[in-house]
Amino acid sequence: MFLIECPWCGERDETEFNCVGEAHIARPLDTEKLSDEAWADYLFMRSNPKGLHREQWLHAAGCRRYFNAERDTVSYRISGTYRIGETPPSEAKK
Amino acid sequence: MSKYSIFSLLRNAVSYHENWGAAWRSPEPKAEYDALIIGGGGHGLATAYYLAKEHGMTNIAVLEKGWIGGGNTGRNTTIVRSNYLWDESAHLYEKSMKLWEGLSQDLNYNVMFSQRGVYNLGHNLQDMRDIQRRVNANRLNGIDGHVVTPEEIKRAIPEINIDEGCRYPILGASFQPRGGVARHDAVAWGFARGADMRGVDIIQNCEVTAIRQENGAVTGVETTRGTINAKKIGVVVAGHCSVLAQMAGFRMPIESHPLQALVSEPIKPIINTVIMSNAVHGYISQSDKGDLVIGAGIDSYNGYGQRGSFPTIEHTVAAICEMFPIFRRVRMNRQWGGIVDTTPDACPIIGNTPVKGLYFNCGWGTGGFKATPGSGWVFAHNVATGEPHELNRAFALDRFVSGFLIDEHGAAGVAH
Repeated sequence: MFLIECPWCGERDETEFNCVGEAHIARPLDTEKLSDEAWADYLFMRSNPKGLHREQWLHAAGCRRYFNAERDTVSYRISGTYRIGETPPSEAKK
Repeated sequence: MSKYSIFSLLRNAVSYHENWGAAWRSPEPKAEYDALIIGGGGHGLATAYYLAKEHGMTNIAVLEKGWIGGGNTGRNTTIVRSNYLWDESAHLYEKSMKLWEGLSQDLNYNVMFSQRGVYNLGHNLQDMRDIQRRVNANRLNGIDGHVVTPEEIKRAIPEINIDEGCRYPILGASFQPRGGVARHDAVAWGFARGADMRGVDIIQNCEVTAIRQENGAVTGVETTRGTINAKKIGVVVAGHCSVLAQMAGFRMPIESHPLQALVSEPIKPIINTVIMSNAVHGYISQSDKGDLVIGAGIDSYNGYGQRGSFPTIEHTVAAICEMFPIFRRVRMNRQWGGIVDTTPDACPIIGNTPVKGLYFNCGWGTGGFKATPGSGWVFAHNVATGEPHELNRAFALDRFVSGFLIDEHGAAGVAH
C-alpha cells in the first residue's frame, strides 16, 4: 500500500488518490495550424518510461486538487510530490 | 521430435515416461536470421509458428529475455471469446476463435481448449441495452451469442445471486456458447514446439538491449548474447513495447499498467462456465485442478513491477462475493500481476512502424490471451510480406493520427 504525500493535505492512504497519467504535457498553443501528427503526439503518444516517471495525481477523496509526483515505475517508490508549476524535486536538487 | 499420439504414450509408458525428449531445442543464436521475433510469449511464438508454417520462413529466431510464456501468457485468466462490438475487432477475434477450435490438432499439442461458454453480466438498464446491441452486432458478424434472463443464468449457475435487492442486481447477460478457457502454458509450449519442429530457433535468456538501424531500416539487434542481424524484426513484447519503441526512436500511444489476478485454494467443481461482470468488475472461472480463477482490474498508475495494489484486489473480491455469496469463506491461494500495454481505444496496434523492416504487435492491454492464435496469424503475414493482413489493416499505428480509432472500451467485457 502506498502512502502518498499530498502537497496540501500531507500523507494519506493511496485509496484517496487517482493517478491521472504523465505530467508536464503542455497543450499546443497554435492549434489552428497544428498538423494531425502533432495533435496525435499531444493527445495519444506517451513516453511510458521504465524507471523515473513524472505523473499527475488527483487527491480525489481529499482536497480534490491535482499535483505531480516523481515515482519509479519498477519499484513504485514515490521519491517526491510537488505542486503544479513547481520544479520536480530531482531537478531542484541539481 | 516425436509426434504425440496414443502410440507414443504407450511406448513411453514402457520406460515409465522417463525418456520423453525435450519439446524444443535450446540453440545458440546464429549471427544472422531472415527475421527475428522479439518476445517469446504466446503471441510471439504464434507469430513464429505461422511464419514457418504458412509463409515458409524457417530461418528465424524468437528472442525471449526470460523464459517462454513467463510474462502475460502465464499470468492471465485464460478466457477466450470473440464477442466484440465493432466489425474490425469482431473479425480479428473471430479469426482467432476459429483457429482455437482446431488448435490442439494443428499443433499436435493439447492446449485444453474448453468451450464452456462465457457470460457477460448486465447490472442496470444501460448495461442491458449495450448487451443487446453487442449481441445483435455479433450475430450480424456471424458470431454466436444471445441475451439471457436472470432466471436462465440461475438455471445454468445455481450458486449465483440474482436477488433483486442487491446493490448491483443481475438483470441479464450476454452468453457466447463458443467462448471458454484454454490452458495458457500449454498454448506457449505448443506454439514453441510447433515452431521449433519447423526449424525456428527459440532463444531464451536473451534480452534485446538495442535496435540497430541504417538509413531508416533495421539491420539487427544488440542482445545480452551478442549482436544478431536481421532485415525484418517483429516486436511482440506487450508491457515493454514503449521501451523497445524508445530504442528504435519513436513513441507509442501506450501506457503500461499492472493487472492482477488471483486463484483460490482448489475446491470441488462448482463453476462450469466463465462469468464476467463489467459494472462491478470481476470475472471468475474454475480451473481443471479446482482453483477459482479471478481477474481484477488494472491499477491507475503506470507500472513495470508485475505487481499491483491490494485495494484493487479487495475491490474485485468484494464484487465476486456479492455475485457468489457462497464464496465468502473460500481462501485465496496466490495472487500476482502482469504488465499490460493499454491503448487509448482498448484495441491492439499491429503493423508497420516509422522504421523500415520493424513491425510491432502490441497494445493488447487487458485481453490479449484470447487473440493469441489470430494475432500470430495476421502478424506473421505482416512480417513476411511487409504489408498488413486484411484483418489487421485497421489496427495500424497511424490510426491515432487519422483519428480512425476503434473504441472497444464497452465490449472489452470488463472496464479497465
